[in-house]
Amino acid sequence: MSLLELRELNKHFGGLHVTNGVNLTLNPGEIHCLIGPNGAGKSTLFRLILGEHHPGSGDILFAGENITTLKSFARIHRGLSVKFQVPGVFKGLSVRQNLEIALQSRHRGVELEAEIGRLLDFLGLESEQAQTAGNLSHGQKQWLEIGMAISLKPRLLLLDEPTAGMSPEETHMTGEMVQRLNADGMTVLAIEHDMAFVRQVAQRVTVLHLGQVFAQGSIDEIVADERVAAIYLGQAHA
Amino acid sequence: MTGLLAMFRRLEGPQTVGRGPAFWGLFAVVLAVALAYPLFSDGYTVGNTVYFFVWVFIALSLCLIWGYGGSLSFGQTAFFGIAGYGYGILTINFGSAYGFTLIALVAAVAIAALFAVLLGYFMFFGRIAGVFLGIVTLAVTLMLERFMAQTAGPEWHIGVARLNGFNGMSAMPPLTIPWPGEPIVLFADVGLYYLVLGLLVFVYLALRILMNSSFGNVIVAIRENPERAEMLGYDVRKYQLITFVIGAVLAGLSGVLYTVWGQYITPSSMGMTAAALPLIWVAVGGRSDLTSTVVGTLVVLAAFQALTIYGSQYALVFMGVLLVLTVLIAPNGLVLGVMNWLGRLATRFTQRAG
Repeated sequence: MSLLELRELNKHFGGLHVTNGVNLTLNPGEIHCLIGPNGAGKSTLFRLILGEHHPGSGDILFAGENITTLKSFARIHRGLSVKFQVPGVFKGLSVRQNLEIALQSRHRGVELEAEIGRLLDFLGLESEQAQTAGNLSHGQKQWLEIGMAISLKPRLLLLDEPTAGMSPEETHMTGEMVQRLNADGMTVLAIEHDMAFVRQVAQRVTVLHLGQVFAQGSIDEIVADERVAAIYLGQAHA
Repeated sequence: MTGLLAMFRRLEGPQTVGRGPAFWGLFAVVLAVALAYPLFSDGYTVGNTVYFFVWVFIALSLCLIWGYGGSLSFGQTAFFGIAGYGYGILTINFGSAYGFTLIALVAAVAIAALFAVLLGYFMFFGRIAGVFLGIVTLAVTLMLERFMAQTAGPEWHIGVARLNGFNGMSAMPPLTIPWPGEPIVLFADVGLYYLVLGLLVFVYLALRILMNSSFGNVIVAIRENPERAEMLGYDVRKYQLITFVIGAVLAGLSGVLYTVWGQYITPSSMGMTAAALPLIWVAVGGRSDLTSTVVGTLVVLAAFQALTIYGSQYALVFMGVLLVLTVLIAPNGLVLGVMNWLGRLATRFTQRAG
């Protein structure tokens, strides 16, 4: 059975058809990358999956359950989790407190402390734990938010441009982090512009264009597809 | 036992300023002075101090909703007034025998809380946020003021309790504790002082524990980034509603104690000036910290009263100036700024000593 299934999903903003009959199926355990030119509707698709927007028509199925009308927090309880495009950490609170807030509904007391320590170690943020999250570098904020997202032990992790603003080394480390999570059984859906990252992690790639699924396949198939190159180039020339 | 211990450990934490033996030592000294103070003072001065203490509860309610929760409520006075009038109506109708005034206190606060559940439900589940929350709450309190101000006619009564329009209600019985022999009547001096002081210490410590608990974590998370909080699986609106109701309970407690203290309540207690003043106390003290709020409120109230005595019409102008200065110089609050500075100084001192 598929983990996530989008069926004929539609979303209009006024006259703009941002999501146009999207069908997408995610298999459990895969790393799936969503690419496409700016304005293709990638982030809107995430917001539909998360329940921040509601589709005009179509259905969203998660692990066989229809979650189309569920509230966002209830979808998180079902096993979804997200890292936003713009890092959404709690800026005024310490790094440690950020992780505590993410972990406290699953762990208590000594166990909570141990989990925070484990996560700080995993993210390489031990020496920053007392710092205010707003003072972290951009890359560290990204990692902190990824840390908060994975602390929920989600079945499906949504990553919206996880490597934006990162150096090539940081990007590669993020890729390894995602692969480690995937090896432990987490399914990942990532929006990403950085093709090095996509090449590193993606088992399957979906290209979104003008709110529609434009192409789908392995990274090699997508790179070889001249039509995909054309929409990217077309935009570059526009 | 371990649960109790864990609860007391929450008296300190990231959400509250002040920790360690130095802080709690100072707390004990202040409490001891507060306990001994009526023995060395006259009834009038003690009664006046009770008046200051009464306002601290509404200040704490604003600290909770605005400072910690990030939702600016401009209408805590609505709950203050509802509870105040509630106490008056209940006790004028049913008297003070058999400890009924204590029941009326709880019931009046409960009525304010119920009103907050209704109002809060429509606001938070209707996704009203930011400045609109302030506008709606202000509108509600002004509406209540207008409504109560036009109840002068004899047709406006509940049971035998006349609402009395702009003049307000008066002559409700003070809090009376049933006692074998003769009941203890808490007039606005030493008796009421100890009750209000006890409530204040209890509420302050309870709020410290609450804000450093996982519930408090979620409240500040919502202030920092409600979207992220929701995407960690928290039902943001439910948490906002609960905070709002706790705030209404505290504001209602202020209202009842105020009514008990002066044995009167008027519509202007829900008016524009009344609604704006707690904002100034809390902003000047430091809205995101409980201790700063308590200290700030008491200091500003004392200064305000001194000003009203010596330069009556300028007192409110001074309050406005104080708010502007706070926003410009120490946007997080003057008392909080000083406490943080002292904390840094202490850390540097201990580091050098060590």
